[in-house]
Amino acid sequence: MPATSKATRESHARVFDLDVQSLRELNQALHQLTAGSNETAWEVLNPKGNHSVAVGVDQPVSIDVRGSVGYYCGGMNSGSAITVHGSAGPGVGENMMAGSITVKGDASQYAGATGKGGLLVIEGNASSRCGISMKGIDIVVHGNIGHMSAFMAQSGNLVVLGDAGDALGDSIYEARLFVRGKVDSLGADCIAKEMRPEHLELLQGLLDRAGVTDVKPSEFKRYGSARTLYNFNIDNADAY
Amino acid sequence: MTYRNPPTTPRKSATFDDYTLSEIRRAAATGIYDIRGAGAKRKLPHFDDLLFLGASISRYPLEGYRERCDTSVVLGSRHAKKPIELKIPITIAGMSFGSLSGPAKEALGRGATLSGTSTTTGDGGMTEEERGHSKQLVYQYLPSRYGMNLRDLRRADAIEVVVGQGAKPGGGGMLLGQKISDRVAEMRTLPKGIDQRSASRHPDWTGPDDLEIKILELREITDWEKPIYVKVGGARPYYDTALAVKAGADVVVVDGMQGGTAATQEVFIENVGQPTLACIRPAVQALQDLGMHRKVQLIVSGGIRNGADVAKALALGVDAVSIGTAALVALGDNDPRWEAEYNELGTTSGAYDDWHEGKDPAGITTQDPELMKRVDPIAAGRRLANYLKVMTLEAQTIARACGKNSLHNLEPEDLVALTIEAAAMAGVPLAGTNWIPGKNTF
Repeated sequence: MPATSKATRESHARVFDLDVQSLRELNQALHQLTAGSNETAWEVLNPKGNHSVAVGVDQPVSIDVRGSVGYYCGGMNSGSAITVHGSAGPGVGENMMAGSITVKGDASQYAGATGKGGLLVIEGNASSRCGISMKGIDIVVHGNIGHMSAFMAQSGNLVVLGDAGDALGDSIYEARLFVRGKVDSLGADCIAKEMRPEHLELLQGLLDRAGVTDVKPSEFKRYGSARTLYNFNIDNADAY
Repeated sequence: MTYRNPPTTPRKSATFDDYTLSEIRRAAATGIYDIRGAGAKRKLPHFDDLLFLGASISRYPLEGYRERCDTSVVLGSRHAKKPIELKIPITIAGMSFGSLSGPAKEALGRGATLSGTSTTTGDGGMTEEERGHSKQLVYQYLPSRYGMNLRDLRRADAIEVVVGQGAKPGGGGMLLGQKISDRVAEMRTLPKGIDQRSASRHPDWTGPDDLEIKILELREITDWEKPIYVKVGGARPYYDTALAVKAGADVVVVDGMQGGTAATQEVFIENVGQPTLACIRPAVQALQDLGMHRKVQLIVSGGIRNGADVAKALALGVDAVSIGTAALVALGDNDPRWEAEYNELGTTSGAYDDWHEGKDPAGITTQDPELMKRVDPIAAGRRLANYLKVMTLEAQTIARACGKNSLHNLEPEDLVALTIEAAAMAGVPLAGTNWIPGKNTF
């Protein structure tokens, strides 16, 4: 991947080169944006696995990160549209509130952890615990996801075009999981559910938002909570 | 006249005492472990086992009502651009909205603000009641991340990354269905009425190296303005303190096993973790070994009840203490005025700990709209402020008697222990001797 992008520079994006400028300067500049700012396009060069790139951004700007990032890229994002032109380390888009994050490569563990809103798209694979404790975020993974994904997932939608690892949706609450490939195993209280028309419609909308055009909602299976562990019952103790 | 053998006095077992027998019967009947609120109730080595020496020929006292004895403390000066400045070294510990009613949270904020100290959110997010009435509010960053959001993170005055708590090191929060009202459910993104069991581990980091990266993220999000605390249960205080410092904490909070909880298994509360007294010296030692004592501040909580406890904790090297259970009592928790209602619930004032059931006659640990009306946030806040004032005066009284013009000048040398256990834990001599068990010979 080229370290610099002539085309983007010519489009007057504000460019931050992390080889020259510090992470602190980048995040501070992003936090100083106010509503209506004309600096709507940002480009980050040479991220080189830095942690916490573009965290806590609360304005609707676009941020193109040219390379791979470390932990927590786009953490608590609250409105910006971040594209990582590389892979992302653990916790990409953790606790996202709004906006979007697209990872062109793969994502490590806990992608979209505890996210409350917005859209996270992983164009490659996501590792274990994808969507852990999700609370309203929508996550679309083009490839596969690892084990314990959607653990304690409370709300939101997780769409997986590939396969899911072991213990999918363990102790899930009201999040909806859609998997196109095979699921190695389901976690406690997670069951396959009927795909009704409203789910097909919802899924089509999610695929559209994620820019997925070559896949039909009918190819997926839906998984969610059996709701048998919502209130403690000693006879269910073996399920834990 | 026939001879009768002398009767044998009925003898109850010390091992199978009445409480133990009742627990066996209860478990057999219900098939579930006992869940309750509050902290460890068993007798433990505590601050009562320490005494101050006071002044003597070699130490002269300060005049009780004339000479100044400073009580202020600054928390978070290591990295934060905006450290917290408190008038008194007693803060209000994290307690969730959900476990506590809205008026109770407001009262804590009011009382703390009147006293020039901070209060803390809990495992349920930040409410307007407490933000609006707390001049200095610490926002807890918990494994569940219920209600966690960017706006509240930025309007907090400090952030406390909660790794564990004294009542249940290694356990997650618990809020049973009776207390999941519409408002609580919405704040936590959960269905109403379910038994909510919070995660015990953070979802997006594991271990001290990850924690360092997580703290970096929180600092970047908040532009390095806010102090970052790391709270641990009293498990391995030396290593937990050292690792928190290494991860970049501004403040370390160590909560001993007397520290309360809204709801946890009785077996967990009484059998996991260490007493507060046993946690202090190892935590202080870790800071001293790293050259960070007084640079990274140490807050200790769990069973702090009065100014003597405050003074003793500070003398052992702590920068501030935190109170939870005692603050609730100041608001009106377990007040004998509700005795008839406690009796109806099968308990008595002073012993009521079924905080998870949401039926608190005092209106504090409930989401029942009628019961919570019993807490007048203004009057209850005033009571808390009065109590904090008394604790502070008591601690100052002791400090002056020891010749200290600041509570933070109290030192281990001012203390002796009444028991061998307390002497070993606190690292001070057994009264009447110069023996510190584990450090020198008798």
